[in-house]
Amino acid sequence: MATTTDTNHADTANDGHASDDHHHHAPSGITRWLFTTNHKDIGTLYLWFAFIMFLIGGAMAMVIRAELFQPGLQIVEPNFFNQMTTVHGLIMVFGAVMPAFTGLANWLVPMMIGAPDMALPRMNNWSFWILPFAFLILLSSLFMEGGGPAFGWTFYAPLSTTYSGDSTALFVFSVHIMGISSIMGAINVIVTIFNMRAPGMTYMKMPLFVWTWLITAFLLIAVMPVLAAAVTMVLTDKFFGTSFFSAAGGGDPVLFQHIFWFFGHPEVYIMILPAFGIISQIIPTFSRKKLFGYASMVYATASIALLSFIVWAHHMFTTGMPVAFEMFFMFATMLISVPTGVKVFNWVATMWRGSLSFEIPMLFAIAFIVLFTIGGLSGLMLAITPVDFQYHDTYFVVAHFHYVLVTGAVFSIMAAVYYWLPKWTGKMFDITLAKWHFWCSLISVNLLFFPMHFVGLAGMPRRIPDYALQFADFNKWISVGGFAFGLSQFIFLALLIKACRHQGESVSSQVWDGAEGLEWEIPSPAPYHTFETPPVVK
Amino acid sequence: MKFRNFISCLSLFLVAGSSFAADVVDTGRSNLNLRPGATEISNQVYDLHMLMFYICIGIAVVVFGAMTYSMVMHRKSKGAKAANFHENLTVEIVWTIVPFVLLIFMAVPAAYTLIDMEDASQPDVTVLVTGSQWKWNYSYRDYDVEYFSSLATPQAQIKNKLTKGQNYLLEVDRPLVIPTGKKVRFLITSDDVIHSWYVPDFAIKKDANPGFINEAWANVIEPGVYRGQCAELCGKDHGFMPIVVIAKEPAEFDIWIAEQETIARKAKEEEQRLLSMNMSMEELMSKGKSVYESVCAACHMPNGEGLPGVFPSLKGSPMALEDIPGHIDIVVNGSPGTSMASFSKQLTMSEIAAVVTYERNAWGNNTGDLVQAKDVNAIMNGTE
Repeated sequence: MATTTDTNHADTANDGHASDDHHHHAPSGITRWLFTTNHKDIGTLYLWFAFIMFLIGGAMAMVIRAELFQPGLQIVEPNFFNQMTTVHGLIMVFGAVMPAFTGLANWLVPMMIGAPDMALPRMNNWSFWILPFAFLILLSSLFMEGGGPAFGWTFYAPLSTTYSGDSTALFVFSVHIMGISSIMGAINVIVTIFNMRAPGMTYMKMPLFVWTWLITAFLLIAVMPVLAAAVTMVLTDKFFGTSFFSAAGGGDPVLFQHIFWFFGHPEVYIMILPAFGIISQIIPTFSRKKLFGYASMVYATASIALLSFIVWAHHMFTTGMPVAFEMFFMFATMLISVPTGVKVFNWVATMWRGSLSFEIPMLFAIAFIVLFTIGGLSGLMLAITPVDFQYHDTYFVVAHFHYVLVTGAVFSIMAAVYYWLPKWTGKMFDITLAKWHFWCSLISVNLLFFPMHFVGLAGMPRRIPDYALQFADFNKWISVGGFAFGLSQFIFLALLIKACRHQGESVSSQVWDGAEGLEWEIPSPAPYHTFETPPVVK
Repeated sequence: MKFRNFISCLSLFLVAGSSFAADVVDTGRSNLNLRPGATEISNQVYDLHMLMFYICIGIAVVVFGAMTYSMVMHRKSKGAKAANFHENLTVEIVWTIVPFVLLIFMAVPAAYTLIDMEDASQPDVTVLVTGSQWKWNYSYRDYDVEYFSSLATPQAQIKNKLTKGQNYLLEVDRPLVIPTGKKVRFLITSDDVIHSWYVPDFAIKKDANPGFINEAWANVIEPGVYRGQCAELCGKDHGFMPIVVIAKEPAEFDIWIAEQETIARKAKEEEQRLLSMNMSMEELMSKGKSVYESVCAACHMPNGEGLPGVFPSLKGSPMALEDIPGHIDIVVNGSPGTSMASFSKQLTMSEIAAVVTYERNAWGNNTGDLVQAKDVNAIMNGTE
């Protein structure tokens, strides 16, 4: 899309430390990572942190699936089971998916717009380094007397207030820290994109990943304070005698859900818009064809983001709303499928009459389109209020959001890592391992989540540690799929460790045949400092 | 090569699918799909679900078909050269408008069904459904009948010590009974956290919010037994508060409800009679043990030790060792701001007397205290 005229200067300036890229102005050892203000280092920290959280959250999912392998209580007590579902959700949303996208933004946004670094590098360091403390607090609460939070990641009051354990205070504090981290990360992205684009990099020339992240950052700034308000009210209701969510004191428990989902629904798009950006980078590369409908992609992303603010109550159809409200939220929700459809159609049109090849990032991207579309279609079914009364809070919903979050967001992150990893390390990753990782993940993830549609339709509620016998056969298969998907991620771990040790064949600066954009014009591995002199984009 | 991989994956799925299909034949009812249910509304909902499903399949076939075609025909390895187009206004307008029109076809029938579902006016029978941790209370507004309904599956089955019965976790001690062919309105609320009253065959799932009352209704066509579960996470035993509804012919329902009124009246008389009687320690302890195990043990555990940090221990607790009226009071009125509910509705005075006696004398709490129904009455009705 964009070509540079002045990369030579940057290239020669950086050739020197391309070979010893981690010794430029930076202390070595642990202090390098603690004090770093370099966007690439911080990106790496975010990505490793996200991956570790993905494994921890995944381990909790394994406990859940082991307990649900057959009917009856075998392995854990119901109270601990509830802690597992709660903390699994919190870790995957706030610890794995969101930091992974922030890590990708750190690595890629400056390189894509021709900026030397993020605009606010010290804040960048801080926004990462408070995260481990947030999750240390959350995870340590599991070892408290009475255990950690057990009220679901949605922490509906009054289960999370009057009826929760004392660890709720730790939960609230850790969510506050996560929120602060996200807001700072979002501010950094916005300021960087607004102020640090290279000459000639106009808004409508920015790569789609930059666009989707810009819009995501605005969503984050808009809704993370709402989450902070929700947890604060939970804290004061529980410990300081307020009654925001207690009818006995003039409050309303459903008010909590309105506040939570006013944050929660945009949050869903926070976790999927950057994925749209990634897929919009990868599909054109391996189709060797420009992205179809660039402008409509930008507009579709913006309309999804705007619509996300007026659909929150579709999570609450069963709370007993007036029928007019139910209709409004049903129609508004259905409307979201139009811009989302436009995106999927654009990707397919990009592939249409291209010259396709199926390298690993492309395999993940294609799997993303197919499986995300399945999740999107079940989402459309869920929008229809009368049938949502049947689907709501059953495994049909669990299937739906895991299709959009795991085979959607997580697959897009994996696609992104495979796509840009050679640029980061300068070496091609182990393709054999990558193929094993892809095919094992693809098969197991469908065995894991597809039958959940069936048990959900047959009436199995979510968040239960034990179930009626009619659900037994499918749950066994689901658990087998779960274990296989969990194990498959160790292939990914092995591949990443090899990549970080710089094993493998050296790659060219372009890496992939059809790759276009500023990040493919700097050497591989990307030097510690890039674009110290801005490139000029035509 | 990769295409062959894809085919082998596909066949694997088909094999897995057919083995699932075999299970369906075994159990005689679908494990795969929504059931049409037992009311006219639930049938409409089922039809809507199928309409949505077929539309989604249609969209998927078109999108995935085009993708697969590209993946097969436009491969670089086959010598495909990339075309140059990257926008086409007509196509883009078409694929914005067409989905929009499709949406209208879904929205219109959905809106009509929704309006019907939310119209709970002019009921023939009204039942107040109250959720509490972890049981349901059913109160017939037009009759003097009210009772609790809780899980009937024995703990031994849950702990895998006994073979699980056919309705494992979907059976209760006292089901809700409603007449067929009548509009039954459910007023749904909660005493503690949010629960959700979910009966798939009626297409009803309505949250029970503490302090607020929601409405739902059903007009059941055929007599039968319909089972559901609590659908909103409500704490530790959320998975163990099923719902069973028996629909009877109106004539049979009338007989049943008259019987229940008689039983309720006799129980009240019996309670008054017991007020003037003193029970022995053995009677109190054995009655108390059974009440404790069915009502209290869910939180305070069968060994009285509770769950540290979640539910307090009664074993060695000052509450159970010292002040008797305080002990009775907390069982009768609950403890505001905590999970401890009031049990004055669920338990009779003699049951409360027995369970308090049991708690003061079990697990090494050897106070030797005897509590009688009249002591409970004194606390409840302030006669002391």
